[in-house]
Amino acid sequence: MWNLLQIELYKIFRKPRTYIAFGAIAAFILLIQLALLANGKDYLQFGLGFLDDSFEIPYDKINNGYWICFLVLNLLLIHVPILVALVAGDIVSGEANMGTLRLLVSKPISRTQLVLAKFLAAVTYVIALLAWMALFALVLSIVLFGTGDVVVAKSMEMHQIEKVDVLWRYFAAFGFAALALILVASLSLLLSVLSENSIGPIVGTVCIIIVCTLISEMQIPLYDKYLRPYLFTTYMLGWKGFFYIGVDGDGQTIRGSMENMPAILKSIGVIITYTIAFVTASVIVFRKKDILS
Amino acid sequence: MPAIISVHNISKRFKEITAVDDLSFTVNEGDIYGFLGQNGAGKSTTIRMLLTLVKPTRGTINIFGKELTANRTGILKQVGAIIEKPDLYKYLTAFDNLALFAKMSGIKPTRSLLLDQLRLVGLEERAFSKVKTFSQGMKQRLGIAVALVHDPKLIILDEPTNGLDPQGIADIRNLILKLSREMGKTILVSSHLLSEVELIASRMLIIHKGKKMVEGKVAELLDPSKSLVQIETPNNDEAREKLKYSNWKDLVLPGTKNIQLKMNKEDVPDLIADLVGMEIKLLSVNPTHSLEDYFLSLTTQPGHVESFAD
Repeated sequence: MWNLLQIELYKIFRKPRTYIAFGAIAAFILLIQLALLANGKDYLQFGLGFLDDSFEIPYDKINNGYWICFLVLNLLLIHVPILVALVAGDIVSGEANMGTLRLLVSKPISRTQLVLAKFLAAVTYVIALLAWMALFALVLSIVLFGTGDVVVAKSMEMHQIEKVDVLWRYFAAFGFAALALILVASLSLLLSVLSENSIGPIVGTVCIIIVCTLISEMQIPLYDKYLRPYLFTTYMLGWKGFFYIGVDGDGQTIRGSMENMPAILKSIGVIITYTIAFVTASVIVFRKKDILS
Repeated sequence: MPAIISVHNISKRFKEITAVDDLSFTVNEGDIYGFLGQNGAGKSTTIRMLLTLVKPTRGTINIFGKELTANRTGILKQVGAIIEKPDLYKYLTAFDNLALFAKMSGIKPTRSLLLDQLRLVGLEERAFSKVKTFSQGMKQRLGIAVALVHDPKLIILDEPTNGLDPQGIADIRNLILKLSREMGKTILVSSHLLSEVELIASRMLIIHKGKKMVEGKVAELLDPSKSLVQIETPNNDEAREKLKYSNWKDLVLPGTKNIQLKMNKEDVPDLIADLVGMEIKLLSVNPTHSLEDYFLSLTTQPGHVESFAD
């Protein structure tokens, strides 16, 4: 299995397409930081200006490296599934399209092992992509903006997280995001197993995520009752829970706490369940499939 | 010679289409076994079943004396194959492709082993060129290197000379003969060209519309002293039925509209006497055609078969 995984990783990381995602993320992060370096205060005023009459908001302090990392998370994690689908959607169907799948399946390895190796390779890619995103954003933000407390808006409330309480939340959020993106990779894998060309699974994954996200966010009572609880996209943004800090009776934030840990755990459970279901379905379909490409 | 491949009554249906129909054949150790049929005859589907890419609808396949599905991994370790055109990873070099497939075949390849394999197929000078720069012939040769890299006992080559120029075809033919004679490999090679198969194969099978037509030693099947005798009667179906219960039944070739028997010319008078004895009315008996003509009659249009009889 380790041998197979090495081969799959070798193939992924020798493909130029793989590095598009890394380049795109670096470009996004640089653009965000450049914009906030030039107009950070204006950007914050645009969001928090309505509080100017009530509070004296220290915009320069809020616009620090940790807050920018939080912003990067917010802006990018919605779009990263597309980058994951680019690689994971191609992982089986791309071989079928290229004509190499028949050669692979005629080798002395089980089909189950082959699918699992491809899934693990996609997982490695997701983790590498997120690690790149986390470290690139963090290092560059700290260098350019320094560190500070993070102010998080939730509904009509503002919570301030002390800077010593930020870093673990940041990495925990990335850990959660990794699980969510592994779920996306497993969905892409299933579509990839079902298809003979690369475009179908990539577009299919993106469409499913967009449609499900729309249903999750529309707040229509009918959907909220009968659809939303069963859609995996409902749980994919659960990483934000790590930045919703617990508050005591006096309205003071509690260092190291989270507002709703059970909700995060439930989201993790749902994501893992869906991932297992998609991977199992991929294995079953692939084991039965006639390779005609 | 022990049987390396034993195929028993395999069929494969894709919805309404029967690609392979009740096919049985045996490939013995050391054979170069020609698998002959026109495009769409079911050759590639059969080969895909031998390599577990496609599951038979019914029937069994034994390779190296073991049932294929139950012993898949162990069997495939000893099999090398090209399936249709040899598509490889275009963004990798020939050397990297070979190393990758060698690892997938369960061996740890050394640099010298890989270069030796590339030398065997005449690609050593292009070992570190990306496959996307290769011609069709070079890809074909690299595909053969991939099939051979783990030193398999059985080599399955599906149309290995497709898309090659005459020199390339001759090179592949010589390589197949070398693999058989000098390295003792058992080789199954499919083709739609009888002329190609007869130059290299020791035994062959002709398949048409998924069904076995003839199987046997190439030397015997293409024996010029034997003719293809074509019989025309007012009711060919009835005559064919009567022949099933005669001494001539094993000589009747299936698959064509008219009745054809592969037999010695000298036996034709006895055949006519028996046909008359069986009360089969004869319009004509033509002892003129060879196996090559028979194969051509299978591979041409139905209208052509009728004109061929004239």
